[in-house]
Amino acid sequence: MIKKPKYVDESKCTGCKACVEYCPVKYPDQFNQEISQNKAIHIYFTQAIPLATYIDESCLYLKEKKCTICQAICKADAIDFNQTAEKVEVNVGAIILALGFEPFDPKLRNDYGYGKFKNVVTSLDYERILSPSGAYEGEILRASDKKHPHKIAWIQCVGSRQVNPAGGNSYCSAVCCSYAQKQVILTKEHDAEAECTIFHNDVRTHNKDLERYFQKAEQLPGVRFIRSYVSIGKEIPKSNNVTIRYSTPDDGVKEEEFDMVVLSIGLNPPANYQALADKFGIELNSHGFCKTGLSNPMEATKPGVFVSGSFQGPADIPESVYTASGAGSQCGELLDYRRGKLSKERIYPPERDVSQEEPKVGVFVCHCGANISRVVNVPSAVEYALTLPNVVYAQEQLFSCATNSAKEIADMAKEKGLNRLVIAACSIRTLEPLFRDTLREAGINQYYLDMANIREHCSWVHSKEKEEATHKAKDLIRMSVARSSHLKPLQEFALNVNKTALVVGGGVAGLTSALSVANQGHEVYLVEKDTDLGGMARRIHYTLEGLDVQEYLHDVIRQVYQHPLIRVYTEAAITETGGFVGNFITKVKAQGRVTEIKHGATILATGAEEYQPIEYLYGKDDRVITHLELEEQIVKKEESLLNTRSLVMIQCVGCRNEDRNYCSRICCSESIKNALKLKELNPQMDIYILFRDMRTYGLKEDYYREAAGKDVRFIRYEAQDQPQVEEAVDEDGRNVLRISVTDLILGKKLEIDADKLALAVAVIPSAGSQEAVDLFKVTTNQDGFFKEAHVKLRPVEFAVDGVYLCGMAHYPKHIAETISQSYAAAGRALTLLSRDSVVASGAVAEVNGNDCISCGACITACSYGAIEFMMTPQGRKAGVNPPLCKGDGLCNTVCPTGAIQLKNFTDEQILSQIDAAVAGL
Amino acid sequence: MEQELLLKEQIQQLCNRGGNNNFGDVMVIGGGISGIQASLDLAAAGYKVYLVDKAPSIGGHMAQLDKTFPTNDCSS
Repeated sequence: MIKKPKYVDESKCTGCKACVEYCPVKYPDQFNQEISQNKAIHIYFTQAIPLATYIDESCLYLKEKKCTICQAICKADAIDFNQTAEKVEVNVGAIILALGFEPFDPKLRNDYGYGKFKNVVTSLDYERILSPSGAYEGEILRASDKKHPHKIAWIQCVGSRQVNPAGGNSYCSAVCCSYAQKQVILTKEHDAEAECTIFHNDVRTHNKDLERYFQKAEQLPGVRFIRSYVSIGKEIPKSNNVTIRYSTPDDGVKEEEFDMVVLSIGLNPPANYQALADKFGIELNSHGFCKTGLSNPMEATKPGVFVSGSFQGPADIPESVYTASGAGSQCGELLDYRRGKLSKERIYPPERDVSQEEPKVGVFVCHCGANISRVVNVPSAVEYALTLPNVVYAQEQLFSCATNSAKEIADMAKEKGLNRLVIAACSIRTLEPLFRDTLREAGINQYYLDMANIREHCSWVHSKEKEEATHKAKDLIRMSVARSSHLKPLQEFALNVNKTALVVGGGVAGLTSALSVANQGHEVYLVEKDTDLGGMARRIHYTLEGLDVQEYLHDVIRQVYQHPLIRVYTEAAITETGGFVGNFITKVKAQGRVTEIKHGATILATGAEEYQPIEYLYGKDDRVITHLELEEQIVKKEESLLNTRSLVMIQCVGCRNEDRNYCSRICCSESIKNALKLKELNPQMDIYILFRDMRTYGLKEDYYREAAGKDVRFIRYEAQDQPQVEEAVDEDGRNVLRISVTDLILGKKLEIDADKLALAVAVIPSAGSQEAVDLFKVTTNQDGFFKEAHVKLRPVEFAVDGVYLCGMAHYPKHIAETISQSYAAAGRALTLLSRDSVVASGAVAEVNGNDCISCGACITACSYGAIEFMMTPQGRKAGVNPPLCKGDGLCNTVCPTGAIQLKNFTDEQILSQIDAAVAGL
Repeated sequence: MEQELLLKEQIQQLCNRGGNNNFGDVMVIGGGISGIQASLDLAAAGYKVYLVDKAPSIGGHMAQLDKTFPTNDCSS
């Protein structure tokens, strides 16, 4: 590896940005898509990690040996022009390629006016325009006149779903429909009067909760969704407005003027993908993304090399996150014997008992370079702090967070015998963990800390009122000092972690995660309610991409049964479960026997079910079948099927409606899959697919194109005008199913006579998931699918610690996606199981039994099930299970007698703070 | 699977030969949301991780986004 020089010593740079202010070189900011200007020395972006400056090649000194103003400005002496590129060599046992994507460049083609017309931007440009830290500091402005655009158009599928020799990809980029809707919603939040128009092809909001999101965008006033191919017309002189030509069935071709046009650009493989592939010795697919295993999307063609995120193909954020966790789990399987050998543990000095001492508060006021001190008079704040009760020491610091400053704080605390610390600096959100660590280094309980936020809450928001800001900083310090005197030492407790995992559900999801956990040396109990393992996959024989599902499934089941660490219970039911992270106890009843299982982690993989339709004569006429039934007939080569002359498929049966307001995600691809199989069996068969939006997202688009090429006919219908099915006799006297549907292009009713009708029915949550909800105290979304802790960043775990989810119970998924997510659940479970203990916070709720009136209000308020009635000497009282408590304080607010208190935020502590605030008035 | 076992043995042998060599480490290339998550998981599970990115900061494209759908949470 070559480590490029940044010309700034990161260990010294404190991110104060004084150098940026004085740097004379302006150049287009790459992070802001070159819309705004930045300096030659700058921080990459506001929340960059490391939060240090670096010097760009536009620097005058680097070019002409001139300037060096930054060197003179920097108080931390961090600028180092002598840095050179460094060659780094490391040995590793596994590699994860998370190379990401490259945004499609619409300049490649001349037809969108990008780079030519000032007010045509890409969607990524628009993100930087929307962002408060972006090009125009959160104002939506046009490049031409820096005015607010009022009428904005989005063009979808720019560079996607197109076969064009001039540039563009045949596949669907999978994320653009939703991100454009997001941009519309955000635009309307910026300017409620804005007129937003989206020109689109199929609307692909196939992921969890996105159908409702689409409806939210669509129903906003002044928002139009227009299904039309478009072309950019011209730039109007003077106004710099841009025209778009489009056509609608009602009005024909039109040309309309817009203030601004946003191109919803697609996702390309990473730049230089071929060179990268050669370097790592891996193969690519025809689009330039990483070639992966059919049953394992994280596995590159070279052993030991894994791939995650959109280098697999277009992926959204949750997919990028769970494929990362999945790749991590597979590295773990490979390198298990090295686990923990290279990590180091920190050792802290013993904690001093200060409970009998009077409060001795030390106050440290931070300049934050100039961030605070250019507004707040820091020396005067220090002087003031010294006058406050209990304060025995105060000083100022240039950067309290710098390593040497933290050491200074610890040394001072020891020297002056301080037992409470107040750091007047920034938000606890950023640096509380660091300063708690400083206290531990000083041998003081880490909860003896209070931070006065004189940056975000003061200098940053009152930059023009210096005197008042100094006054406010003093108020904040006085409040912190008051609270600090009432702080109590709290113990964080280490909970032992049971190394065993429980996996509920023996379908592909459960099997895969059980195997991955067991392959990393942990015992697994796998519980399945059915007599056989395999779940829904037993009814699936092949995937669109060509995986032989039954062969794969048999192999996985064999591995599970043969694994010495996996114990399988079939025909089993969970009767009872309890406990908390690292220490769960679950009772499983199987074959008449009840077994008690102790486990540290739980993975819920309870799958989903097929909707049993009442629509379209299903159950009344044998010729009407679901896709799973069709697949069975295909595999058995059933005669009735081989003799079929005409077959119709209807999409969205039982979903995308009022009862089930979600997209079942897999059905469009399943229909294409079966259509292609049928065309293989009988190329003469007429196949019609009646659809609302074809959602063959990502690389599956190729198969949609293939099906259209093989003469599968696609007819769009509208939700409010569903196809009608009746039994009829055709001209030849043949008994047929007559399907009538409005052809939107021709604008008239079509009648199709079919021998068979296959319904793409909804995927619905399983009964097992509902049982799991009741037993494991987990939650679902309003459609009944498991609700993850965070839709983007924690997609395979519940809000309850130690409980993970994967597979169709989360949302409808293809097999390969289920496998990815199941590896991810295993990977996340391993971050818990591989530890001997987990630390639970000391700031948890506590009940004073004398005041508790057993009303149960706190129990209802708690979203983590941390409070329950317990028998105490005073009778039945609410009691807190500390490891489950997240310290959100909701219980405090509902308790009528004040019996429940949140440690570290007790009434006494908060009231003292308020008293101190009022004292200044 | 067999290929994987073979690789496992090879790595183990290499490790033993190399004494204190760091063959248990993992390199993650790309510091976007996917690379960051992989690194965090592996580090939490007891591995040393080298996270490599071509930009001056980790964060990737997600850091450039304003907000994320469908919750409209801040992205960076």
